[in-house]
Amino acid sequence: MAAKQKEPVTGAGPFNGVLTWVDARFPLMSLWREHLAEYYAPKNFNFWYFFGSLALVVLVIQILTGIFLVMHYKPSAADAFASVEYIMRDVPWGWFIRYMHSTGASAFFIVVYLHMLRGLMYGSYRAPRELIWIFGMVIYLMLMAEAFFGYLLPWGQMSFWGAQVIVNLFDALPVIGPDLSLWIRGDYVVSDATLNRFFAFHVIAIPLALVGLVAAHIMALHEVGSNNPDGVDIKKNLDANGRPVDGIPFHPYYTVKDMVGLVVFLAVFSLIVFFMPEFGGYFLEYNNFIPADPLKTPSHIAPVWYFTPYYSILRATTEQFMYVLALAVIAMGVLVWKTSTTARAKLAALVITAGLVGAFFVIDAKVWGVAFMGGAVIVFFFLPWLDRGAVRSIRYRGTLYKTALWTFVVNFLVLGYFGTQPVTNYGTAISQFCTLVYFAFFALMPWYTRMDKTKPEPARVTM
Amino acid sequence: MKIKAILLAALFSAPLFVSGLAAAAESGVALDRAPIDTHDVASLQRGARTFVNYCLNCHSANYMRYNRLQELGLTETQIRDNLIFDDRKVGDLMKVALDPKDAKQFFGGTPPDLTLIARSRASHAGTGSDWLYTYLRTFYRDPSRPTGWNNLVYPNVGMPHVLWELQGIQVLKDKKVQAAGYVKTEHELAVGQPGTMSQVEYDRMVADLVNYMTYMSEPVRNTRTSVGMIVLLVLSLLFVLVYLLKKEFWKDVH
Amino acid sequence: MSEQRPDEAKRRFLVTATGVAGGVAAGAVAVPFVSSMLPSERAKAAGAPVEVDLSTLEPGQKITVEWRGKPVWVVRRTPEMLERVKAADDLVADPGSKRSLQPQYAQNEFRSAKPEYLVLVGICTHLGCSPVDRLAAQSESFAADWKGGFYCPCHGSLFDLAGRVYKNKPAPDNLVVPPYKFLSDTKLLIGDDSKGA
Repeated sequence: MAAKQKEPVTGAGPFNGVLTWVDARFPLMSLWREHLAEYYAPKNFNFWYFFGSLALVVLVIQILTGIFLVMHYKPSAADAFASVEYIMRDVPWGWFIRYMHSTGASAFFIVVYLHMLRGLMYGSYRAPRELIWIFGMVIYLMLMAEAFFGYLLPWGQMSFWGAQVIVNLFDALPVIGPDLSLWIRGDYVVSDATLNRFFAFHVIAIPLALVGLVAAHIMALHEVGSNNPDGVDIKKNLDANGRPVDGIPFHPYYTVKDMVGLVVFLAVFSLIVFFMPEFGGYFLEYNNFIPADPLKTPSHIAPVWYFTPYYSILRATTEQFMYVLALAVIAMGVLVWKTSTTARAKLAALVITAGLVGAFFVIDAKVWGVAFMGGAVIVFFFLPWLDRGAVRSIRYRGTLYKTALWTFVVNFLVLGYFGTQPVTNYGTAISQFCTLVYFAFFALMPWYTRMDKTKPEPARVTM
Repeated sequence: MKIKAILLAALFSAPLFVSGLAAAAESGVALDRAPIDTHDVASLQRGARTFVNYCLNCHSANYMRYNRLQELGLTETQIRDNLIFDDRKVGDLMKVALDPKDAKQFFGGTPPDLTLIARSRASHAGTGSDWLYTYLRTFYRDPSRPTGWNNLVYPNVGMPHVLWELQGIQVLKDKKVQAAGYVKTEHELAVGQPGTMSQVEYDRMVADLVNYMTYMSEPVRNTRTSVGMIVLLVLSLLFVLVYLLKKEFWKDVH
Repeated sequence: MSEQRPDEAKRRFLVTATGVAGGVAAGAVAVPFVSSMLPSERAKAAGAPVEVDLSTLEPGQKITVEWRGKPVWVVRRTPEMLERVKAADDLVADPGSKRSLQPQYAQNEFRSAKPEYLVLVGICTHLGCSPVDRLAAQSESFAADWKGGFYCPCHGSLFDLAGRVYKNKPAPDNLVVPPYKFLSDTKLLIGDDSKGA
């Protein structure tokens, strides 16, 4: 098949010639059209739709500041802490680059959590966008790993002890635990060897993976087209040219709108970088201004704020809580058994319930803590299949779903708060209750989304 | 319908509000507010002098360069003549005079580096500066301790009261007080033997010292805030432009 | 879509204005990143001027100190050595130091602020080796009538007692004279020639 003769590039003024030359050798114009000038996005994007492009911006900020930090940072236990202070004091504008990187790390999670909340609100994970959601969840996991590895690098007290505690979690795994932790650390305790490999992961391995995954995430999105706050499919209404009636080209309309979002974001970002980079000890923790001391544990170790909801779930899983969890599993088993139609499903419910309850008491609560902490993240992957609602967007859902979602959000924040606090009986009780609510949101979703009294979705988007 | 959703959500989120009450109850000694002003160059100079004379003998400030003190209005010669007591160069870092082995013997451990102490001592009870300001003013005589001194903010601290000749000797007078249904011990310090400075003078000197240590923990702080003002100004201007641009293009969309 | 024709002039203006403002802001943000690659305070402190005590330097002797990672020679020349400098005027490629690097106070007959003290960066201007001393006037393997100076073993460049390169040698220029000043008769500061304290 002969290659189609391409049109020369027009509209680029003095650059027409060069661009035509490139376009004859590279799919420049087709990419431009497909992903920008002729990518038709719904016209009713609201505030919640800023966070995707902002996440991309923060990724770029982290990579750029990261490159310039690595020019001066020394990844050895002996020099790391001093090299960070060298950057803060002796490198021209080093303090600015460092504060941008530390603020950027927290900003990344704020933006990503809001981006995910948008997905929850408008059903962006529903068919045919399940793969976008899966790529997104893998990006989230990679981001958590990136933050975890990065946090060891300043080699402060919090860096060291946080890493020590988390790596020791792997010790809890049956049979392979201790050998696994030894392999991860490269030593008997978090040390220079650990620092060096975490540096490699943080600086190149995960950033490369992240860039690839973000590209895949956007490609999957563009293949299907964007969702919108009403959850209606704009491709159902095409005009004479085959373009969605409720769609507008991403460029110039959303490029120009995202610029506004960007400037506002940069203003908030700058407010923090220049006026409160520590952010009350949440973005730069006070204990991390003390060099790591393997012989002295701080009185109060907590992970950085963006991990605290999961940390709460880990700490909530005590011996006594296993009984409560067993009861919850039995209740779920009964529910599944009562509402399933096939004999096979009923048998599966019985076997899984019995198996789980048995396992809860045979395997240590410590191991289950790690399992539930991990499970709390993994459960997000299943959302596209758990949600049986008749409509996509929260705008048309009933009271049942709205209550469930807002309860989940508040619950997540409560779990997060208690994750920052030292262990108390009161805190543990609340965290345990909240852990149940957390998993209930997902576990009961097939039932309450089906029972939910939804409103009819409109045929066209509403502005 | 909506009200029901909100009420139910509120019910499930009740723990959040209750937990707020719990956090306030846990705290040790209340910290005094340190009168910090990192723009007061005279205070910072006095503080620097106190620091190199009293603190650098045992503590290090390994990340602070002597020649950075030019920011405080001192010349390199003034720094070399007044603040350096051995043959180190003005571009050198403030390393400690004391040998770590001797430190172990004298004090049971190495006195911590002080460059970042005003940042690392921060907590919910107050800033690191508040902690230092209160700490340096609440030493009291305690014969049961190896150094003969104890401290209200840092109980059983290994550091002796280096500034005792200036402050005088404080003694602890504990009071038992009734408070909200239980008996509380209130710590009270009284000056047993006055020093060379009055309480006001001593507080001023400590304020200067803590001001200097606050500056030392982040020397770029003043620059940081000034640059921040300019950045926010520029971003406001950019906001006006991009907003107008967006509004103009979006006239096309209905 | 809109029924009215879009105001193209206004759009062009706004796009240009935003583009320019954004470009300026982006340029301003680039400054800290580029600046961060300049020598840090630590590098500047390590490259700080070096003080040399001249009281122990005998006439005819040479000492070497390190400044910015380079060897710097200080030679205390005797009157006889200064005569030998004059005698080499016809043998050197650039007797007036017109194409060589030295501060203005060293662009003279003896290439120094004070004739008695010669200060040179001991790195051959050819490819960077450090020449060896051959201060005495005697017959050498590389010159039968050697007037004294320095010999670079790497490719055979020769320099006189003012650091001037001989004719027809691989090195293109005279040895570099660094900035320096006398703090007193016995104290030399290399790396700084500013007036005042």
